[in-house]
Amino acid sequence: MFKLGAGLMGIGAVITAIPVIGFAMGPTRRKYANQWTSLGSLEKFPIGETRFATFLNPIKQPTDGESIKTACWVRCISEGKFQVFAINCAHLGCPVRWFAQSKLFLCPCHGGAYYEDGSRAAGPPPRGLFEYEWKVVDGNLLIDAGRLPGLEDST
Amino acid sequence: MNAIVRAVTSAVTGAIAWLESRSGVGAFVRPMMTHRVPRNAKWWYVFGSATLMFFTIQVVTGVCLGTMYAPSAAEAWESLRYIDTVVPAGWMIRALHGWSSNAMVVMMAIHMIQVFLHASYKYPRELNWITGVFLLLTVLALAFTGQVMRWDQDAYWGLGIGASITDRIPVFGSQIRDLMLGGPIIGGETLNRFFALHVFILPGAAIGLVGLHLALIMRHGISEMPKRGEPVDPATYTEAYEARIKKDGVPFHPDASQRDMVFCGACLIALVVLAAVYGPFGPGGEPDPTLIDTNPRPDYPFMWIFGAVSLLPPSSETVVMLVTPVLLVGGLLLVPFLGKAGERAPSRRPAMVLVAAFSVIAIASLTWEGMTSPWSPVMNAWSSLPTPGHFVRGRSPLETQGAIVFQYAQCRNCHELGGLGGKRGPSLDEIATQMTPEQLTRQVSQGGGNMPAYGKNLSSAQMSAVVAFLSTLKPSDEAAAEIPGALLPLPTR
Repeated sequence: MFKLGAGLMGIGAVITAIPVIGFAMGPTRRKYANQWTSLGSLEKFPIGETRFATFLNPIKQPTDGESIKTACWVRCISEGKFQVFAINCAHLGCPVRWFAQSKLFLCPCHGGAYYEDGSRAAGPPPRGLFEYEWKVVDGNLLIDAGRLPGLEDST
Repeated sequence: MNAIVRAVTSAVTGAIAWLESRSGVGAFVRPMMTHRVPRNAKWWYVFGSATLMFFTIQVVTGVCLGTMYAPSAAEAWESLRYIDTVVPAGWMIRALHGWSSNAMVVMMAIHMIQVFLHASYKYPRELNWITGVFLLLTVLALAFTGQVMRWDQDAYWGLGIGASITDRIPVFGSQIRDLMLGGPIIGGETLNRFFALHVFILPGAAIGLVGLHLALIMRHGISEMPKRGEPVDPATYTEAYEARIKKDGVPFHPDASQRDMVFCGACLIALVVLAAVYGPFGPGGEPDPTLIDTNPRPDYPFMWIFGAVSLLPPSSETVVMLVTPVLLVGGLLLVPFLGKAGERAPSRRPAMVLVAAFSVIAIASLTWEGMTSPWSPVMNAWSSLPTPGHFVRGRSPLETQGAIVFQYAQCRNCHELGGLGGKRGPSLDEIATQMTPEQLTRQVSQGGGNMPAYGKNLSSAQMSAVVAFLSTLKPSDEAAAEIPGALLPLPTR
């Protein structure tokens, strides 16, 4: 009887645990695809300048509220040539700000500084700013957006 | 008349006796109230009780907030504003919850320092200490998840900092980050995960650990005040302790509990006054991540970590960030095993007193650094600070132009002039006594020493102007720097 009890409890525990663990580990197993997301018309990004742009993260959940609003910096190097930087400092993810006069990005948290091409200028960041891949479609600038940029993207 | 009183009395006594016989509440509680504690256990021993009291406040106010708070990223911030401004006494409940949380961390820290200094963790109370360490971790986790509940800008970017740190974990970093955030971004599921941690998992763990901690106190008794020359010997300790406590101990209630009551009562009144005067914490700016004109800072219990990560060189910071917490927690867990016997008196354990003093000073100064954060550029210094008059009065047009470039190119965000500006770089009030114009040109254009290179960012006209301005920055009675590397001439009077 005891063996029967232990066996039944064991089987019961396993088949209960499977969905519970599957649910809890869900975020690591679900596949979220980045999507090409528009930052708007090219006219918003004059040549030689770095401009602030926002978009709604294409990875949505029903209760996100404003938290999927995302910011980035767009640098138009020359006609049809761009760099799109994530807003997140490569040190600890705080939002970097662009200073057009000194052509630097500065971070308010620990003072990371980057040059206009996103490369590290000073401070604690281990690398330059994270960049989005971009393409131009029908006069609009699109970026490959989704996952919050992080050091695992380091190359 | 007497007959009625007698009947009522006997009915009540009977009911109490019935309740006791069926439930055993009295038999459970009485030993806790009457257990004997050392006679000399005086005011040093009140901090554990105060921690427990603040935890109780957290449970009560937390349940209150749970009836109003909307654990949804779309509504959490609004619901807090509603609790603060519309719900009767809502702001006070939030204030109590916030202040009591800080008070609990403080009391817990004092309790831990006292136990460490008195070496109460020695045989046979090793597990008391270890459950205490887990309680500390649980309470800190409650504090961090509680900050996330505010779902304001600090909460959002604080999560970003957490994500950036977990990202650095080798091999499984991004999976652990996904588990923490509940997906690839900070969004709706993130708040709900932290909500489940903050109101179910962590309080449950804390209640269980408190129960265990108290049961261990009952099992081993409260430790006595340490005495020089009375080392703990595991072979004889328990018997000797029990004999001493039997002979010289006093019952917990009322001898010790009255002190707990005095201290806890005073703490509670102080808490209510603090909460009523200073009000609730936040919520801060609305959780819109495109509002980047923000200055994310963690809550007080984590300010020292925020300070510490600014000091790490980029080459080693990932290792330090990931290994230090393991070493700290591991070290705390090992404390009772590294010193399980021997002297308890602080005067016989100078090294341990130094460890405690060093830890307190380190955490206090890192907290101060975190709060003042001198490493952060002052983002609006360039656009808002005046240039002190004596730095521009009587200067040539080129030098005055340089003062404008200095301001315009955000130099001021990192460098002070006349005591105002960023503290990231050195103050430049006397820079001309230290660097020649050639050295200044080189430093500004090539950077170095944690300064960006401005060579490509300033035109040559701007460069000569700013160097001309910097070359004037010296007290009038001191000579300007001359040949690089040469000894500075003594000031002539």
